Formats: sequence, C-alpha cells, structure tokens
Amino acid sequence: MAKAPVLLFATILAAQISPTLTVGNVPTVHAAKGSTAVVTLHAVLPPGFHANSNTPSDAYLIPLSLKWTGGPLEAGEIVYPKAANEKYSFSDKPLSVVTGEFTITTKFKVPANSTQGPASENGVVKYQACNDRMCFAPKTVNVSVTIAIQ
Amino acid sequence: MNQLRSNFRWLAVAAVAGLLGVVACTPNRPARQAVKDDLQRKRASDFALKDAGGKVVHLADYKGKVVLLDFWATWCEPCGIELPWFIEFERKYKDRGFEVLGVSMDDDGWKVISPFVNAKKINYRVLLGDDKTGDEYGGIEALPTTFVIDRAGRIASVHVGLAGKKDFENAIEQLLDAPHGEAPHGESPSAALRDNSRRSD
Repeated sequence: MAKAPVLLFATILAAQISPTLTVGNVPTVHAAKGSTAVVTLHAVLPPGFHANSNTPSDAYLIPLSLKWTGGPLEAGEIVYPKAANEKYSFSDKPLSVVTGEFTITTKFKVPANSTQGPASENGVVKYQACNDRMCFAPKTVNVSVTIAIQ
Repeated sequence: MNQLRSNFRWLAVAAVAGLLGVVACTPNRPARQAVKDDLQRKRASDFALKDAGGKVVHLADYKGKVVLLDFWATWCEPCGIELPWFIEFERKYKDRGFEVLGVSMDDDGWKVISPFVNAKKINYRVLLGDDKTGDEYGGIEALPTTFVIDRAGRIASVHVGLAGKKDFENAIEQLLDAPHGEAPHGESPSAALRDNSRRSD
C-alpha cells in the first residue's frame, strides 16, 4: 500500500521536471560534388509533452527551429515535421504542435568546386515544451553532422 | 471455454474486491485548505526587480498587503488562462489591501513583454524576472508558478502549473479576512515550494 503514494509522488514530480528533446546522432552523409546532401535529424520528446511546431498558432509562442551555425556548406531548405493541431485544456483553440518522434530534414548544397573529404556542420535545435498544465523554458540542443564529400 | 469463463469470473471478483479495498482504505479526504496554517508559512524572499518604467520594485514594498506573485512568460499558454483571473482579482480586491505582481521570465525582456501587457490589458504591475529571483523561489522550472503571500510576507500557498480560479480566490479571501499579525522567522521559499508544490494538484 505504501508504494501508491510514492508512485503518485514520482509521477507528479516527473510531470514538473523540464522535458528534454533527444536528438539522435546522425551517421555520416555521403554526397558527390555538385549534388545535394540530405541530412535528417531524428528527435524524440517524452510522452505527455508537446513542443510548438515551426509555425505556432500564436505570434507569442516560440517555434521549433533549426539553425546551422557553422560549417563549409550552405544549408538550403529545412523541412520540419508535419504539425498536429491539438486541443489542450488551457487553450481555447487547437495549437500547432509536435509530439513524440519526429524528423527535421536539411538539404545542403555541395558545390562542384568543394574540397573532397569530410565537412563538419554544426547546428542548434531550439524548442519550447509544455504539458497539459505547465510550460517549460525554451531549450536548445546542439547537433552536428559530417558530410563526406566525394 | 469453461476454464476461460471461470478465469474471467475470478478476474471480475478480484477487480471488484480490489476496488472495494481501495475505497475502504482511502481515508476521508478533508476539504483542501486554501492556505497553509499560519505557523507553517515560510518567509518569501525579498527581491529587487525592475518594472517597465525602470523602477526597482522590492517585495518588501508590499508588506502589509496580500500579494499574488505570478511567475509567467508571454510564450506560456497556460499562463494566459490565468491572466484574466488575475486582472479581475486586482480590480476586485485592490481596495482591501491586495496586489498582483507578475514576474515575467521572458529572455527577450520588455520588447516582448510590453506589447503583450498592452494587448492583454494587464492592470497590475509586471516585473522582469531573472534567474537569481527564480532560484530564490525554488528554481521555477515550470510556468505558471504562483505564490500567494500573506500580509506578513510569508508564503501561504504555491501553485505549480495551471491552478483553479477558485483556489486562488479562496486563498486571497482567507488571507484578506485574517487578522494582521507579525511573521515568525521562517525558512526560504525554496523549502516552501518543496512543501507546497502539490497544493494545486
């Protein structure tokens, strides 16, 4: 019987701890000179939490974003996950959010005159998560990928 | 098939017995207290935070008043649900010695807070929070986090996450109706947050 309050306490406590977006390591991407390298980040939010999509429902909300901050290649189009419109108890209207597992894809242009060999690209994913009762401060996750230019 | 039926019957009996057991073992829950008992309240840390006009505001400036101290942010949707309640409370209770103080935890500061405050017609004082103040109030991991502070500057209740309007109203009215008294020395609000953070659950 004593386990129930402990479990309840643990559950409540877990719900109040800021969730962390996990972004998996990206294997080396191979691309030929003059082509496009497609880099896909696989991200996971813990169950019970959501983050605003890259196009949030309200101007005040902080969007999911990926910014490539360093590396020899130019980042082109970034494709964000398809947003879900979900209704929460704290909002009058559905919110544009992402939940669970999702991907963010970036297309890097590999110029024809690129130097052959590995190109390291570094970026930052920014997100702001909430559950159905509270929100947590925006956070960032550093990401890096190696593009092997052939 | 008979075996299956028998198993099912046992499962049903066990489920009912379990349910009855839980009900029997659950103590009668007393009505939830709106505020902590007088002697259990911890002193709220004083702070020095600036308002939109650049004026430094201390919590100590509000001694003798009941204060609803709301940590919030413009990007926090659940905070937006509570704002109209707090606007109403400010109007309804101000003459009885009550104030709402909103502490915004927006990293981008007044350039995002001021338009929001104007758009939402917030009628109470809003201050720009910082990590130091957040730490003094238990770390403020989640927003909204709201403290209801008595006239002696002690934390009477804490709500982490979206709370009920009635919970706030009950706390405010109870504190406004209480006789004025001097505060004993208490512990830090961090301890109060640990003790109280389940109050809104």
